[in-house]
Amino acid sequence: GALWGAAAQADEDAQLVINGEIEIVTKAPLPAHMEEANMDAIYSGWLFRADETQQTQMDDFDNPGMIFVDQGMDQWNAVDGSEGKSCASCHEDVETSMKGVRAEYPKWNDNAEEVRTLVMQINDCRTEQMGAEPYGYTSGKMANMEALISLQSRGMPVDVAIDGPAESMWAQGKELYYTRTGQLDLSCASCHEENYGNMIRADHLSQGQINGFPVYRLKNTKLNTAHARFKGCVRDTRAETFKPGSPEFVALELYVASRGNGLSVEAPSVRN
Amino acid sequence: MRLSTVTLVATLVASGAAFANPVAPADVTFDEGAVGVSLTGAPGDPANGAAIMKDKGQGNCIACHEVTALKDAPFHGEVGPLLDGVGDRYSEAELRGILVNAKMPFEGSVMPAYYKVDGFNRPGNAYTGKAAEGPLDPLLSAAQIEDVIAFLMTLKDE
Ligand code: HEC
Ligand code: HEC
Ligand code: HEC
Repeated sequence: GALWGAAAQADEDAQLVINGEIEIVTKAPLPAHMEEANMDAIYSGWLFRADETQQTQMDDFDNPGMIFVDQGMDQWNAVDGSEGKSCASCHEDVETSMKGVRAEYPKWNDNAEEVRTLVMQINDCRTEQMGAEPYGYTSGKMANMEALISLQSRGMPVDVAIDGPAESMWAQGKELYYTRTGQLDLSCASCHEENYGNMIRADHLSQGQINGFPVYRLKNTKLNTAHARFKGCVRDTRAETFKPGSPEFVALELYVASRGNGLSVEAPSVRN
Repeated sequence: MRLSTVTLVATLVASGAAFANPVAPADVTFDEGAVGVSLTGAPGDPANGAAIMKDKGQGNCIACHEVTALKDAPFHGEVGPLLDGVGDRYSEAELRGILVNAKMPFEGSVMPAYYKVDGFNRPGNAYTGKAAEGPLDPLLSAAQIEDVIAFLMTLKDE
């Protein structure tokens, strides 16, 4: 309908090709586990953004998120902690060792017998392998490192496993996704499944996918992590939020990531 | 001295009366999704109702609804239906039911309940992300609800 003064409308048929060569899948068939969801396909958040924002992500020279990738690269090579090691000491060239890693996270870790987010794995290496302090869960340094590692999977399809030992946590995440919270009594699904494509005040609702995380937001001019975004969305239902890194948000991340199975890893993406 | 005591007593009586008057959220009774009894017993102010619907810190109704009569305020949402002509489609009692708790007339609605204070999952302290402290206030007061209803009743199709 007519939207008075609404933000510039996104072109939902736009194609995302980065640097003129990396083709990004921004629309994919519903993953099998989502057959009951009232949706026709899965869409990247990029499709819901205004033309100028979309363009900023099409060239790495224009993408402000790339500055943070460079900072992540400095961190990758920096010796830190009691063991006198850097990430590179063990993993060497990030472009080879981390290729495809982000596409599968969160992921079950057999040794630890737990589902690990990329953040948890990075911090495990810092504390257990390097004898270094963990990064704050949603800190700038963590976002830099996640962006650097995610970039090595850019263009590859998200492929998060939801069966086997991860299944119970996945089911918990699904439950949280559909549970309404707060005095506004809204669930993730109220906005991102029932209303994607609709405007809510000045915001064009996307499906709340996390294939683009960490995300550079024009609004706060920094990289944002998935758990910081979850927290903001839960807060906006006038609810008591869960904490970044909490078992609830880890489960939710696993579930939300699996709703994007088939979209390309896009990080670092640009949103408003 | 004597005068101020009289004033104080008068104020107490007035606010005491006003306090007893609004129907408390827990005491609202629904009849097929509608609420027949005014929450304040007094007619609402439509101009204030319009202001409440536009204000982000109050009703913020246009976050989800387009309303032609409110187009001086920017950014109307599309989550709920266009409210033009809603004064013809619904009675005052039905509108009161929608406002008090939209889930009574519309099962499973995403529209928040504006005059309900319990039964929420992890209620927060407004938009701080922290747990609510003590009892919740409804999203709108009884008087604000009646003001919004008075405005909605002016939305007639010609
Ligand atoms: C002393 C060696 C060592 C150092 C230093 C180290 N790691 Fe690791 N890293 C490992 C080992 C061993 C594993 C496999 C762990 C497992 O599967 O339980 C691993 C696994 C990983 C994985 C998961 C890969 C996958 O395929 O799932 C990531 C991501 C990672 N490390 C990132 C980092 C980062 C970032 C740093 C620096 C901040 C770092 N590591 C420092 C030894 C190290
Ligand atoms: C009241 C509505 C509302 C609710 C409820 C809500 N969100 Fe959001 N969310 C938004 C808006 C508005 C945005 C910004 C526009 C967009 O990308 O949809 C957003 C953005 C996001 C994004 C960023 C997407 C991107 O591509 O950058 C993610 C991820 C997200 N939400 C996840 C969630 C999750 C998980 C939940 C439940 C815990 C949730 N949201 C609940 C309104 C909501
Ligand atoms: C988060 C979204 C949201 C907000 C905020 C919201 N509504 Fe609604 N409203 C809806 C939806 C969705 C419906 C459709 C009913 C349903 O759920 O089936 C609706 C229905 C209505 C209807 C019935 C319209 C019709 O034609 O059937 C009225 C009247 C109404 N809302 C008024 C309001 C008022 C007044 C406010 C603010 C005080 C408000 N709404 C705030 C989402 C919202």
